[in-house]
Amino acid sequence: MSERQEHLDEAASIADIKIDSVGDFTFPERNKFDSGYGLSEKTIDYICDVKGDPDWIREFRKKALKVFDEKPMPTHWATKDLENIKFDEFRYYLSDGQKPKKSWDDVPEDVKKTFDRLGIPEQERKFLAGVEAQYDSEAAYSNIKAAVSEQGVIFVNSTEGLHKHPEIFKKWFGKVIPTGDNKFSALNSAVFSGGSFIYVPPGVKVKHPLQAYFRINSEQFGQFERTLIIADEGSEVMYMEGCTAPKFDTATLHSAVVELVALKGAKIQYVTVQNWSSNVFNLVTKRGIAMEDAVVKWIDCNIGSRLTMKYPGVVMKGERARGEVISIALANNGQHQDTGAKMVHAANNTTSNVISKSISIGQGRSTYRGLVHIPKHLKGCKNNTECDALLINSNSRTDTYPAISVRGNDHATQHEASVSQVSAEQIFYLMQRGLSEAEAMSLSVNGFINDLAKEFPMEYSVELKRLIDLEMEGSVG
Amino acid sequence: MSLQIKDLHAKIPDREILKGLTLTIEPGKVHAIMGPNGSGKSTLSKVLCGHEDYEVTGGEVTMDGQNLLELSVDARARAGLFLAFQYPHEIPGVTNANFIRAAKKARLPEGEDIDAIAFYRQLYARMDQLEMDRSFTSRSVNEGFSGGEKKRNEILQLMMLEPRYAVLDETDSGLDIDALKICARGVNAMRSEDRGFLVITHYQRLLDYIKPDIVHVMMEGRIVMTGGPELALELEAKGYDWIQPEALAAAA
Repeated sequence: MSERQEHLDEAASIADIKIDSVGDFTFPERNKFDSGYGLSEKTIDYICDVKGDPDWIREFRKKALKVFDEKPMPTHWATKDLENIKFDEFRYYLSDGQKPKKSWDDVPEDVKKTFDRLGIPEQERKFLAGVEAQYDSEAAYSNIKAAVSEQGVIFVNSTEGLHKHPEIFKKWFGKVIPTGDNKFSALNSAVFSGGSFIYVPPGVKVKHPLQAYFRINSEQFGQFERTLIIADEGSEVMYMEGCTAPKFDTATLHSAVVELVALKGAKIQYVTVQNWSSNVFNLVTKRGIAMEDAVVKWIDCNIGSRLTMKYPGVVMKGERARGEVISIALANNGQHQDTGAKMVHAANNTTSNVISKSISIGQGRSTYRGLVHIPKHLKGCKNNTECDALLINSNSRTDTYPAISVRGNDHATQHEASVSQVSAEQIFYLMQRGLSEAEAMSLSVNGFINDLAKEFPMEYSVELKRLIDLEMEGSVG
Repeated sequence: MSLQIKDLHAKIPDREILKGLTLTIEPGKVHAIMGPNGSGKSTLSKVLCGHEDYEVTGGEVTMDGQNLLELSVDARARAGLFLAFQYPHEIPGVTNANFIRAAKKARLPEGEDIDAIAFYRQLYARMDQLEMDRSFTSRSVNEGFSGGEKKRNEILQLMMLEPRYAVLDETDSGLDIDALKICARGVNAMRSEDRGFLVITHYQRLLDYIKPDIVHVMMEGRIVMTGGPELALELEAKGYDWIQPEALAAAA
């Protein structure tokens, strides 16, 4: 056995002992490229040099850095916890300098072990059309099934996308979410690395989902993936992403930007199951454009993190376009899930649907923020918004801030909200049947989200149930 | 081997409710407890199961030799104690079949799962005995159930979980006579040499269908009189007033 191998085996067995949640293990860093702590123009030059970025991207990044520096934190409406982010204490780019591998056999052993443990290669064999696995700043593995790429589907990381497919990339990059949308979209625009670039040609319906997995391994690090998905006319694609990180004593930052473009008659479904450890600031901007008769659907499941702020949006630009956000958020002790949806109607007869369910446990806090905008000159627009909150024990907190601005009178909107409790009597009833307290709470929570869990692909709804079980185990003393 | 309750005292923060209750339930026997409202009958059932609203201040409870009061609510249940609730709780989004399955699974060693085919075969057979429609398997537990359906569902769970000791808390309340007969049929089907029952009721009517071996009268937190099935008939005819003075004095 080689020395390196022994070292890795030892690391793996140490990690085994430390585990107390799904993703809570880590391997020693072996980064060839490390941008160092803090963020400046030098950091950006470093990233551009390592990645071999074209000049227009270098310029784009530097402009974004200025916007980031100038924009204040949105703490007038958002949580003050944002002020605790120490931007100088993060590293903005880490990689081992290797190109993404097309075969798991070629992936470095520790990275392979990481993803093995998270069940990624196994899932791929079973039901995925393609997989990308990102480890810190860069993809370690990227592969698309031959049958899918033969249809002309492009599925690569963002760097490869902008290098090899500039004509499609440049047309849409930063167009759905401009750099200055918010402070964190500017941050991502300055230092983005990794994430997926997907193009589906006209009329192609990708049968099985494409999946990306984002893994943070290193401490005091920020992950800034950038995803751009373009579904050309009449095409269909489902994309699924999962995320985990180990629990460090210091904060970790994850700030992604995801842009979706569904051209005429296309359909994009974007599924997220995130399971961040409780030291992660997860500040993500996600938005899609739906042209005529197109559908953009976000299915978003937020478990874990210290603070998540995420409001997936759809701009319905073409007639009869449809936008949907289905979201589940679970805030455990010490966590704040600030999530919601933005629906911007920009054409006649467009329809949007928002269903949000949040669960707050112990001191956990859930906030729903919704925006529905229907301008005066439009006709026949419809919105349905439902937000339900479940509180487990009386310390939990939940807030709902719906903002529905509807002008004109030829529209139909409805909004329903509810708050319910898992009562002590319900838990007593379940425990009298022999379930432990954690099992009783899990069953109650799974019941609460049952109708939404059906929206997830089978494998993901099983995963979701498993994650909820783990959260409940952890929340019972 | 029995469920033994000795000199049990229990209170809510400002009031003592059980004031020295003694009772032994042997497997194979059906005990009935009757008593006026407020005598502490329902409290007894909850204290036995470990409800956190009640504090046990004295006495002991053993189940087949095991100290029940030391165990958590779920451990008592897994050890073989079942309560058919007077007001069964609703569990939105959880189907009846999944609920009962989870309860059965909780009784298996870690990592083992129940055989789905055998489970459904047993579930359907029990539901047929209780004349429950198959659609009940996929409905959320007790949600939108009528009072009678909820009670039938409690008996179904009893039949599926096959406890060593079953406490029935006012199973007859809110039942029409047909539903009462069906529930009683389910309970009677479960009577066996290995299983003890404690049937708590306000009315004699239930005992026409679930014939008790022993009848107790409970008043002011104690058992004040014990007799055969004929005692229930006497109570039905005469009410509780005639017991009061001398029995209470004797039990105190």
